[in-house]
Amino acid sequence: MQSKESKKKIQLSKYMVYIVFVIVFIFFAIILNKKGFVNPTNLLNILRQTAMVSIMAVAGVFVLGAGQIDLTVGSNAAMSAMIASLILQETGSIILAIIACLAFGIGIGCINGLLVTRLRLPAFLATLGMMQAVRGLAMWITNTAAVPISNNTFNQIFGTGFIGPISVLILWTIVFYILGYIVFNKTTFGKHSLATGGNETAARYSGIRVDRIKMYVFMLSGALSAFAGILYAGRMQSGRYSFGDGDEMSVIAAVVLGGASMAGGTGSMIGALVGSILMGMISNALILAGLTSAQQKIVNGLIIIAAVALSNLAQRRKKN
Amino acid sequence: MSQNILELKNINKSFGAAKVLKDVSFELQPAEVHALVGGNGAGKSTLMKIMTGVYTKDSGEIIINGEHKEIHNTNDAKANGIAMIFQEMSLVPTLSIMENIFLGNELKKGAFRDVAAMKKRTREVLEELGLDLNPDTRVSELSVGLTQMVEIAKAVSKDVQILIFDEPSAALSDQETARLFEIIRQLKDKGVSMVYISHRMNEILEICDRVSILRDGQNVITEETANLTMEKIVAYMLGDANSGHQFEWIPRDYDKKGSDVLEVKNLKINEKLDDISFSLKKGEILGFAGLMGSGRTEIMETLFGIRRPEKGEILVGGQKVHSKSPAEAVKNGFGLVPENRRREGLVLIHSVRENAILPVSTRYTKNKIFNDDRRINQVVTDNIQDLGVKTSDMNQEIGLLSGGNQQKIVIAKWLNSDPRILMFDEPTAGVDIGAKGEIIKIIRKYADEGGSVLFASSEIAEMLAICDRIITLFDGKITGEFRREDISTEEELQNAIQRK
Repeated sequence: MQSKESKKKIQLSKYMVYIVFVIVFIFFAIILNKKGFVNPTNLLNILRQTAMVSIMAVAGVFVLGAGQIDLTVGSNAAMSAMIASLILQETGSIILAIIACLAFGIGIGCINGLLVTRLRLPAFLATLGMMQAVRGLAMWITNTAAVPISNNTFNQIFGTGFIGPISVLILWTIVFYILGYIVFNKTTFGKHSLATGGNETAARYSGIRVDRIKMYVFMLSGALSAFAGILYAGRMQSGRYSFGDGDEMSVIAAVVLGGASMAGGTGSMIGALVGSILMGMISNALILAGLTSAQQKIVNGLIIIAAVALSNLAQRRKKN
Repeated sequence: MSQNILELKNINKSFGAAKVLKDVSFELQPAEVHALVGGNGAGKSTLMKIMTGVYTKDSGEIIINGEHKEIHNTNDAKANGIAMIFQEMSLVPTLSIMENIFLGNELKKGAFRDVAAMKKRTREVLEELGLDLNPDTRVSELSVGLTQMVEIAKAVSKDVQILIFDEPSAALSDQETARLFEIIRQLKDKGVSMVYISHRMNEILEICDRVSILRDGQNVITEETANLTMEKIVAYMLGDANSGHQFEWIPRDYDKKGSDVLEVKNLKINEKLDDISFSLKKGEILGFAGLMGSGRTEIMETLFGIRRPEKGEILVGGQKVHSKSPAEAVKNGFGLVPENRRREGLVLIHSVRENAILPVSTRYTKNKIFNDDRRINQVVTDNIQDLGVKTSDMNQEIGLLSGGNQQKIVIAKWLNSDPRILMFDEPTAGVDIGAKGEIIKIIRKYADEGGSVLFASSEIAEMLAICDRIITLFDGKITGEFRREDISTEEELQNAIQRK
């Protein structure tokens, strides 16, 4: 039938992010050659700086795949960093700090999930409200004061440490992507998330508990954003309410760049990783190019629009 | 001859190799209510779509008010005063009655909408139809019946001379239907001509002046209603060869004395659907025959945990079950091949493979965690082979397959989950004739291997080919029960489902 043609087009949209990545990379490599863009230290730096967004994007693949959206991730990370720094200050227990952070993140995910599945709020509005509330909580808990972390072991493991030339942040990213890849591609949970986003009615009619799937994806997103908060705390050796500001948008952009549709039902773990690195690479290049932070924001926004439009075009061509 | 408001002459239409209309001629007189009758696939809706510009004819003539006309698109139809009341309502529920009536051709005063004028006109139209409605009421606040009235008002507001109704009473209560008939009579008095498509014979006999009967893409007869009876219409619809010849009944054997796999007692689903009781044996195929809106779908949806019953009991293997969700119904041994394949049956953007294993993917795992891809591939490969699914490979996007092949995958996913009771709701809708026969064979085989089947279809020939026993439904009530061997002709069953 039409299979050969259509298959080729599907592949095109699937690999769009890689093509864009290579083009953008070559472009910056040429024009920023003298500023040291392709310098290995700079490249590793990009990976290190994008670790938090990358890790949140692991959950983002499940969230968008299930046809949901989670705007709380940035605020969650901030609050989680506050919790970690305060607990370390009070007790010095790393284990306790991590457990508390994860419990908080999962709790917020649970509330998001209940708002969506029980009160039937659209995920966008539910998590928009929660985003504000959690950010406020992070400001309120110390009255916007930053909390320094003097626990060196904690800082080493979760932020500033290196193994050889590789930052621990990069290692954490790798660990989460391996786990994320396996869960997304090799377990029924991954498939059921996609089915829920692809056609919720058909999934429900197939005996899948779609509400439960939605709960789980929000809880996963809460847990991973809390972990990203731990990494923010480790890297900055402090807790600050402003961490992760705007990360929710970066995560969504990265996941969509990686081949997910905002309508749900599709997504790729590797694509999301490449998408977040692409975003990090662009901001890095803009800094190297000497743009002011105001200019960076403008260019960043335009590039996101262009990249998503490009992958949308490829997808639309597939449909016709 | 020129007194006809509309004449269709020798209309032909093919889709690919399939000739859907063969030299069909059709005449409509001024102020006439003309019924169009025929089985599924007889060509009724294709003919109407040609009149309304959704399809264009391959050959033939269209004469309106004595003039030759070409209808290339829906705007041409509108310009000639032809409008259709759709089965699926074409109103925007969040807008008001007035906004809907003027949607797309709002009255304007300069750059702004002339609300006062539109409201005035809306009131006039509603008044003409004897509808006591506020033009500012949102359509979503209206009952199904009133929504349909508004749809008629919308058509009438545009100086329509030919109005086409497609199964207008399917979703209406008796009272609402009576109201609809009143309006049809009023329109007739005003000189509007109407085409009335329906499967409900008593309605046709009540409201229509003439009847045209289509069979296999041909107009078999056009006759004054006064000269017809229900039995005669059914006989013309089916023809002497009985269009069911491609589906032959094969008497089946199962343990008729065995215990009941499923027992439903005094089930009440809503005001209309009440006191439903029946039972089903192991290996038996039980059919629900009835017109659209008779309650077939609702009964299956209730068994499948999509609807909650108000009263009554459901027993599976003697055990009471309360399925609050499809997930629980699946655990209780049910499977459902739903009526709307694309919306309820499949994740169209996913592959054949993902769809086929959707309900059972948790079963094929290693250490209860990881998908066992090898076994899954084996299962899906077997499905494709056993059911004769035509697909390039199992990773093909399922939305690209034909209707019949899609449906086979919906069935495969339930065969894989091995339910005790498998329900089929219109499983052959939108499926080509070859695949229909194959699907029937698949269902038969499933029952022969000990599965129990509930089967609903609006195609009588199909029901007679496959069912061991048939229950007839009319407006939510069980009106009869037949053993297959006691039904000798399609007419008998056709007539049975028309009776209250």
